[in-house]
Amino acid sequence: MSSEPPRPERPCASPTGEGFPGDDRLLCGWGRTSPSRARLVAPLTDDDVARLVAAAPARGVVARGLGRSYGDAAQNAGGGVLDMTSRRGVLEADLARGEVRVAAGTSLDELMRWLLPRGWFVPVTPGTRMVTVGGAIAADIHGKNHHRDGSFGDHVAGLRLRTGAGEELTCSPAELPDVFWATVGGMGLTGVILDATIRLLPVETAWMLVDAERARDLDDLMSRMEARDAEYRYSVAWIDCLARGGSLGRGVLTRGDHAPLDALGPAQRDRPLHFDPRPVVTTPQAVPSGLVNRWSVRVFNELWYRKAPRERRGHLESIAYFFHPLDGVVGWNRLYGRRGFVQYQFVVPPGAEDSVRHALALLSGAGLASFLAVLKRFGRRNPGHLSFPIPGWTLALDLPTGSVELGALLDRLDEIVLAAGGRVYLAKDARVHPARLARMYPRLAEWAEVRAKLDPAGVITSDLARRLGW
Amino acid sequence: MHDALGAPQSILLLGGTSDLGLATLRRVLAAGRTRQVTLAGRDPAALEAAATDLAGPDGPEVTCRRFDALDVAGHEAFVAEVTAGPGDLDLVILAFGHLPDQTRTEEDPGEAVRTIGVNFTGAVSVLVPLLRAMRAQGQGTVVVFSSVAAERPRRANFTYGAAKAGLDAWCQGMADRLVGTGVRLLVVRPGFVHTKMTAGMRPAPLATDPDAVAEAVVRGLARGATTVWAPPALRYVMSGLRHLPRPVYRRLPL
Repeated sequence: MSSEPPRPERPCASPTGEGFPGDDRLLCGWGRTSPSRARLVAPLTDDDVARLVAAAPARGVVARGLGRSYGDAAQNAGGGVLDMTSRRGVLEADLARGEVRVAAGTSLDELMRWLLPRGWFVPVTPGTRMVTVGGAIAADIHGKNHHRDGSFGDHVAGLRLRTGAGEELTCSPAELPDVFWATVGGMGLTGVILDATIRLLPVETAWMLVDAERARDLDDLMSRMEARDAEYRYSVAWIDCLARGGSLGRGVLTRGDHAPLDALGPAQRDRPLHFDPRPVVTTPQAVPSGLVNRWSVRVFNELWYRKAPRERRGHLESIAYFFHPLDGVVGWNRLYGRRGFVQYQFVVPPGAEDSVRHALALLSGAGLASFLAVLKRFGRRNPGHLSFPIPGWTLALDLPTGSVELGALLDRLDEIVLAAGGRVYLAKDARVHPARLARMYPRLAEWAEVRAKLDPAGVITSDLARRLGW
Repeated sequence: MHDALGAPQSILLLGGTSDLGLATLRRVLAAGRTRQVTLAGRDPAALEAAATDLAGPDGPEVTCRRFDALDVAGHEAFVAEVTAGPGDLDLVILAFGHLPDQTRTEEDPGEAVRTIGVNFTGAVSVLVPLLRAMRAQGQGTVVVFSSVAAERPRRANFTYGAAKAGLDAWCQGMADRLVGTGVRLLVVRPGFVHTKMTAGMRPAPLATDPDAVAEAVVRGLARGATTVWAPPALRYVMSGLRHLPRPVYRRLPL
């Protein structure tokens, strides 16, 4: 493959002999907030995974992909971490049926580069291509098409799992459904996903037909979304969360679908399925903390809002530009400096629009700078015990850490979300109170039972699991 | 386990009746994530009283343990005990200290050795096994109370200052050593704080109280600092003072 995603250097070795191999590494999530030290090792084969799980240190093991979870899901202080990005590639393809079986460490970037020239696309993509298939399942990620297509787990035909007890299981919605749905959204804690079969979306081109419009406030934005989201496969809104008063919740709504061949101009029609995005810039290794503050974000937001067209229809955009603009900036998470940031994402059911407004007012009142505030509507939920999406509104915000007030503010947001019958997203979370999380996910006990059966000794564990008392 | 905002689930306070230690502990507990607290000190009755103060309906489970900084032979066993539980030790606050009458330390070698034994030797002796355990768990935070007295010796308390200077230097080196281990160490240099340790003494300029020190510590932890001055202005005062020529410094009414 022409351009591989950046990966941490890692020891790449088949384990032999006694003990748990690997190198000591300080690992953190994408938000870079709570680093911990673990032994990192890259299994090369299924047998390696089996041996490493069997030889797990006292503090257990967890699988790690590209480290795009914002919090502590893919780290395991004092224990072992399996770097799954050493196991990549399409293992089997049945393009007549639109299905591929891929190794869990395959990134969506690699998958798209393989699929698009063949006229297929991943069923769900988040805001970055730099996630692995294993991570996509473990976090049951969603994209701009959730209101129509559901989350990643809805498109997994089956997967193979190495459990903490050492069993290798094949599961799907029909076969061992409990294991399957505990793994979809299970944050990697039911076992190590080895590979998965994904159902694909046929596309004619690697281009998107996009409509964009500005909304002057939150009511305007939400009513536009409710009125016409159903007409689009993809829909997402960016919100200026520093706007206050009458402009609270003003934003830019972007919606679209894959462009058919006849929508392309002569220049693109020669290679309609060409897909080779490249990073545009790389963030310096050291950026001072505090660069992202209420003033810099206010300037950015004002420009971003004004730059957006009041209304534009049928604009042709590349897949990378439409879905993954931040992949153009390598290591954009470093912009927040060494203190890092938390991403706060919640969903509240339909009818709880006031909770979204309340949350935005609280944040804008506190002057907390969020570069990225993204609003979208979720469609129906799937049977995943811990799967995040439920029908309703989801808002995601990036907040720089370093102030002592942030914790109390986020606790207040949790209460608002809970009161509305909503929940926060574990793939983003790094600080929710364990008791509140349990109230947000009523099927947690059921999930814990499945996990306990698969792994009675608790071999598969992570910092997230320890933090939440699992 | 710490959360992303540094809130710990379990805390060990060494010097379990120290005003500074307890103020810091209470400030950290305000985040509401702590389930387990161990208060360690010499006086069981005073520890129990402090534990009762911390208890509440949503409060953490508080355990009291006997700890004597001078009993260096017992420190390994003490650390083995406090780290024996299933959970991690997320935050250690080292707040014990002995502030002697300066002139006594100049006349009584026992008192001089005792001052150095509590403030320096005893602290290092318990930190070594604690840090070993925390490195093994791959994460954790240690807050060590040094003193502004460590920055430049002055006539009024140089035996105490010398011991704190030793501890401060050791901790700075250790903090650098810990980079990459998941464990971090924060050195706190309070100025004159109104506590029972300083009761009856004449307050120095920029005197502060335990809650203000606790606030400075928590802010330091949040921003990832390695050194915290309390009050923060002391950093600039001391950087001036430390460069004064000796004959001038000696004549200052400090």
